[in-house]
Amino acid sequence: MPSIHDVLFRTLGDPTRRAIFERLCREGEQTVGALTARAGVSQPAVSKHLGVLKHAGLVRDRHEGRETHYSAQPGALAPLIDWTKQMAGFWRNRFDKLEDLLRRMDQ
Amino acid sequence: MNEPAAETLSVIVEREVPYPAEKIWRALTQPHLIEEWLMRNDFKPAVGHNFSLRMDPQPNWNGVIDCRVLVVEPNKTLSYAWATLGLETVVTFTLTATATGTHLRMEQRGFRPDQPQNYQGARYGWQKFFASLEQVLARMK
Repeated sequence: MPSIHDVLFRTLGDPTRRAIFERLCREGEQTVGALTARAGVSQPAVSKHLGVLKHAGLVRDRHEGRETHYSAQPGALAPLIDWTKQMAGFWRNRFDKLEDLLRRMDQ
Repeated sequence: MNEPAAETLSVIVEREVPYPAEKIWRALTQPHLIEEWLMRNDFKPAVGHNFSLRMDPQPNWNGVIDCRVLVVEPNKTLSYAWATLGLETVVTFTLTATATGTHLRMEQRGFRPDQPQNYQGARYGWQKFFASLEQVLARMK
């Protein structure tokens, strides 16, 4: 079972897919047709990318008549931005090294 | 109570160290000493000075953090902007004398997570940075 981090990394690792997600973040909800017009790939390819993004929880779809509208779900990125915890670990590690250094320094 | 999404994220790490502030200040501001505990650098304690902190390049990261000195109050406060992979934060060290030495406080204030322009570059890039960093730290143990 891949971790949520793996899924998010793999999903956003594809440049075309990432570009689609970024556009939805930037410009708000759009139809597959509108996304295809500027994606540089075919509509089936865009739909496939959207399916992968949806599976990762990064986009949501909404059906209206014959059109499907997609919108970004930036909250799904939360696991990737848990940086405070990681940064705190980084600084604690560095402070350990700083204390070692202070012990070695003369007054 | 603020909406969590509207807060500016920050990291605070504090230590009591049994040394005078002057000594810690040297470790925070002399390049050869900074290198020993943090990273290679071309730091100068001059407000407005641009410098880099450098680690070895990583698969998704060139290992460079671009910094700019913001505050220099000798033996009290040192603050610099810390930018990498499109994410700008500010790192501030504060030294306070105690009965037995010095209270050392580091605060790193981050981006506001509700700024959509931070998405593509910053959030994704920042994570890559940490992934690289974790690898480095893991190897250091």
